Formats: sequence, C-alpha cells, structure tokens
Amino acid sequence: MKVRYDQGSREDGIETSTISGVPVKPLYSSDDLDGYQEELPGEFPYTRGVHPSGYRGRLWTMRQFSGFATAAETNRRYHYLLKAGQTGLSVAFDMPTLMGQDSDAPTSRGEVGHCGVAIDSLADMETLFDGLPLGTISTSMTINSPAAILLAMYLAVAEKQGVPLSAVSGTLQNDILKEYIAQKEYIFPPEPSMRLVVDSIEYCAAEVPKWNTVSISGYHIREAGSTAAQELAFTLADGFAYVDACLERGLKVDDFAPRLSFFFDAHIDFFEEIAKFRAARRIWARHMRERYGAQNPRSWQLRFHTQTAGVSLTAQQPELNIARTALEALSAVLGGTNSLHTNAMDEVLALPTDKSARIALRTQQLIAYETGAANTIDPLGGSYYVEALTRELEEQAEAYFAKIDELGGVIPAIERGFFQKEIADAAFRYQTELEQKRRVMVGVNGFLVEDEEELEILRIDRGQEQGQVERVRDVRAKRDSARWSKTMTQLGKAARSNDNLMPYILDAVRAYATEGEIMGKLVEAWGLYTEQAVI
Amino acid sequence: MPLRIVMAKVGLDGHDRGVKVVARALRDAGFEVIYTGLRQTPEMVVDAALQEDAQVIGLSLHSGAHMTLIPAVVEELQKKKAEDIMVFAGGIIPEEDITELKKIGVAEIFPPGSPLQDIVDFLRERFPEEAAAPA
Repeated sequence: MKVRYDQGSREDGIETSTISGVPVKPLYSSDDLDGYQEELPGEFPYTRGVHPSGYRGRLWTMRQFSGFATAAETNRRYHYLLKAGQTGLSVAFDMPTLMGQDSDAPTSRGEVGHCGVAIDSLADMETLFDGLPLGTISTSMTINSPAAILLAMYLAVAEKQGVPLSAVSGTLQNDILKEYIAQKEYIFPPEPSMRLVVDSIEYCAAEVPKWNTVSISGYHIREAGSTAAQELAFTLADGFAYVDACLERGLKVDDFAPRLSFFFDAHIDFFEEIAKFRAARRIWARHMRERYGAQNPRSWQLRFHTQTAGVSLTAQQPELNIARTALEALSAVLGGTNSLHTNAMDEVLALPTDKSARIALRTQQLIAYETGAANTIDPLGGSYYVEALTRELEEQAEAYFAKIDELGGVIPAIERGFFQKEIADAAFRYQTELEQKRRVMVGVNGFLVEDEEELEILRIDRGQEQGQVERVRDVRAKRDSARWSKTMTQLGKAARSNDNLMPYILDAVRAYATEGEIMGKLVEAWGLYTEQAVI
Repeated sequence: MPLRIVMAKVGLDGHDRGVKVVARALRDAGFEVIYTGLRQTPEMVVDAALQEDAQVIGLSLHSGAHMTLIPAVVEELQKKKAEDIMVFAGGIIPEEDITELKKIGVAEIFPPGSPLQDIVDFLRERFPEEAAAPA
C-alpha cells in the first residue's frame, strides 16, 4: 500500500523532529517496513530482547544508585532500600573518590561525601557493606579511573566475609573512554588507562567469572548533551575499542565479551529512546558475530542498565519530575532494559531524601506490577514507527562508526576533540531550541507558576568531612607500615612492567593502602592527562 | 573594550555541558570569554582573571561543593585586592544556599533551567558600556 499523507508541521510551531534531529512523519505505515523481517526475542540479532521469555522469566533489576556522606550513613540507606524491595545495590562515590584522591587531600576540601560516599581505604569499604552478604547481593560500582582499586577493595571485603571470588557478582563501570569523551573524570593518559581496564578484564575472566567488568556507558555522553544517535554510536564505538584492546592483549573474544555490559540514558523523547535500545542490541550482535567472529551467543547479547535522564529534570515545579521519570522508565522497559535506576524528583537540587528515593523506586514497581508493560515481550516490535526509527538510528550509528574509523579510531578521535565538539554542538543546538521555544520544557519555558513551593531536600552535614579526614588519618596511623610499604614498592615496580596489576593492587588494598596512595604510585609511573578545552 | 569574562569549573566535577553552553552564548552575545577548563582551584581562577584582565568570573559547580569553593574564590579576590571583579555562578545550587552566597558578595546565581538570555541580560545590565562595545 502506498500511503499519501500531508507532511505539514505542527500548528503550534513546536519542533516535530526527534531530539536527535530525525524528521518524524505525521503517519507511518507498512511502506516504512520495507524489507522488514520477522524476529524473535532471545534470537540473533536480539532486536526484540536477549531473553526468550522477556520479563515473564525475570523482571529487570531495580537498582537505585545511592551513596552520600560516610560509609556508615550509606550503609544505613542500603539496608533501607533493600527492605523497600530493591533487588541490587549501586554505589555512588563522592568526587574525591571518583578522582582517586583521599579525603584529606587539599583539593578534596568541600567535596567529601557530597555527591556520593567517601571511600578512602578498605576500612571504609568494610563499613559500607556491613551486614550485606556479598555472596548473594550483586553490586554495581560507578567508578572509572580508580575502578581497579575499588574492585580490589570490594573483593577484599568478600574475602573477609568468607565469600569465594567465584560467587561474587556485580558490575564495575570501569569505562574510561567515555571519561575523555564526556564525563571528564580521567586521571592518566588514555594508553595506561586502557591497560588498567584490560588488566581488570583479564583478571576477572580468570578469577571472578560472575563479575561484569566494564559497563560501557552512554549515560554520561547523553547527559553531557549528545543526541540519542550520538549516545548510541559513541557508546558502541567505545565497546568495540575495548574488544580491540582485549584482543590485542591476546584474550579470546568469547572469554571476555559475555561480561561486557552497557549503560544507557532514558531521555524524554519516548519513541526515539525505545528505538535506541532496540538498535543497540542489533548493532552489537551483528558486529560481535560478523566482525569479531564471536561464537558464544552471550558475546552477541547486549545487556544494559538504564538510568532516567538527570538532565531532563527541572528545578522548577520539581514534582513534575516524578512524571518525567515514569515516562522515561517506561521507555526503558519497553526497550527491554535489564536493570533500571529511576531518578528522584529532587535530584536536580541535591541528593535524594529517603522519601523521594522511595517514590523513585515505587515508580518502577508501578510499571512492573500495575501497568502490564512487563507482560508481553517487546510490545512495540513491528510498530511501523518504532521499527523505522530503530533502523534510522542504526544507520546514523553506522555512519558515525565510519567517521571514527576515518579519524583512526576512538582514542585518536578523542585526542582531536571530535566527540567533545559533536556533543558541545548538540548541547548548544538543544538549548537554542529551548530558548526559541521550538521545544518546550514544562515549568521552564512554558506553563510556569508564579510562586514555587520549596522542596525539602537532603542536606549533607558539612561537619562530616572532618570526621572522614580523621578516619583516613587513623587508618594510616594504625596499619602495619612494613607490610604497607612493601606492597607499595611492588605496585610501583609492576606499574612500569607488563604484569597484570590487579594482584598488586589487591595486596596494597589488603594492607590498607589508601586509594590516593595507590593512585599516586600509578601517576608516578604514568603521568596525568589534561585536555584541550573546546567551547 | 568588550566585557571580558573568565568562565571556570572549580573543584573536581567534570560536568561541563552547562558551562560550555553558557560560554558559547556569552561569546555569541559579543563578550570576550576565556574558558579555563576543568578542575580549577580558587587560586587558579583568580590568577586567570587577573592575568586576562577580566571584569567578571563565572563559576560552574555541580558537585555540592559550592558552599566551600565559591566563598573561597571570593576570599581569594579579597586577598589579592581584586574585589572589583564580579562573581556569578551557576549549577546545582539550592535556594537557601543562593541567599547565603549573595550575602557574601556573589552577584547572581543561575540555577538549573535558567534561560541563557537571562544571563546575557544580567551582564548587559551590570556592564552597559562594555556590553555596547563591538567585540
């Protein structure tokens, strides 16, 4: 059937293209499915999902990202969330921890415990997981440059709990490439950073087989202002770069690829997001099988965590953020996410309170248990519009892969500022569209109220910083200094060799070396990275 | 002389979408913008402003460290006898902190969702002569 339909724009002048700029037609029909082939979930190329039974077999993991102030405070929040029905843990670290420095470093001043929990040594990690059995709970840790150290601390806690490493499960973000591209929490230059990532992959493949070694992240790329298509393309390009690096080390693709996972943003452009998730699975499967020759279906299957878009939340009329988050979470579920974090309404102002964190979790439970969205697999599969968008996003991603190849690969493209410029341009374009009211953010550039009621927010006690500073000094004073010194010397030597660093880092962590001390040793060997800022 | 503005990310957080968008909008509005990049200490920011002969410092923070780092920039300006340099800021800064920061001399805070035009208008109003000068 050839459908003819008027292509007119919206009468109110609002932009009708997707946020990625894909023109959207007023009507889609079977014409848009030209060449479409029936697919099944659980089968290559997994457009419709990686599990043949969808959410009937198992719901997504409800994993709320959480961490603030001290390890003891955060431990209390973890017990609270698990009691409320959360099914996995996810650690948010504070800025000094993310940047590999101790709480008493001069540049940590004012940052300790503010946007996550402060972890300086194994002692803090022991407190963080007090009363939480690491053999049965899975934990996700959002950390990148110092990822290997925090993983070592986690494994050391498991050892102390008597849990064998083969039983430990969880996910390490450990995605350094997107730090150079978007989030900017890099420390070392790209090359030694990649070595550390591959070291942790290699170590886990042998010792911690249930650990997801890298969570290749589009979230930060998107939050930095990219479009959905850029998020998709840059993230998968990073994924291929990790595969290339592991192959170069001599690892076999099927030995590590099943433990690579992904992390995407669920933004507000509902259908485009669903298409993005579907396209991601299809692209990964095709490349892993056809380009890398992976044989194990687990290597083809893209599994991902989703977080709703922090950047879509508004400080104005913040209660509306509950509705935004619900819609974004629904897009993630319709796109087949394996795990989900829903933002709390107050996260545009501060870290969430107990109450707002509970509402965020309840939003997921509402989708899972009230809406029926989990009852059928890939309910939008075959939709004229969603299938056409899925294909469109796949084509845009492939065009970006070609461009990145032309630039010599991901790292050369980073060094030339390619991703950074693409993202900054997209962010500026979107902001301009808002300014011109061609796109609407309710409560921000339309539908305003005169008197905003103030929301009660979580305040981090500024006094807790001093407490944490004293704690880390206490650890340094009380540890076995001969043992500490020996492990540090060995680590320094290993950093200059080709040895896998994980065992050395584990030894240092067990001797209560602090995160800042370990990073210091590595910086001595590898130096620091600085970027040429582009605006 | 057009208005010269040093835009900076102080502290450890690397969230630079906001600062870059604002920097570009200010440049498009005819101001001279110097973006310092990430991880600046209060001392580095003030030194940059003095070196660049800037009249304005724009700070961006998303890490919750604003109540330590913004006052530190203000103090550093006092220490270097450069209080005439105006400071404004933006980022995840709650209402009651805004009141406190204004008390210590921060000219304006632009919370999330602030229109770019508001920032441009604010600077033009404060610096009418420089704003009229051709870039």
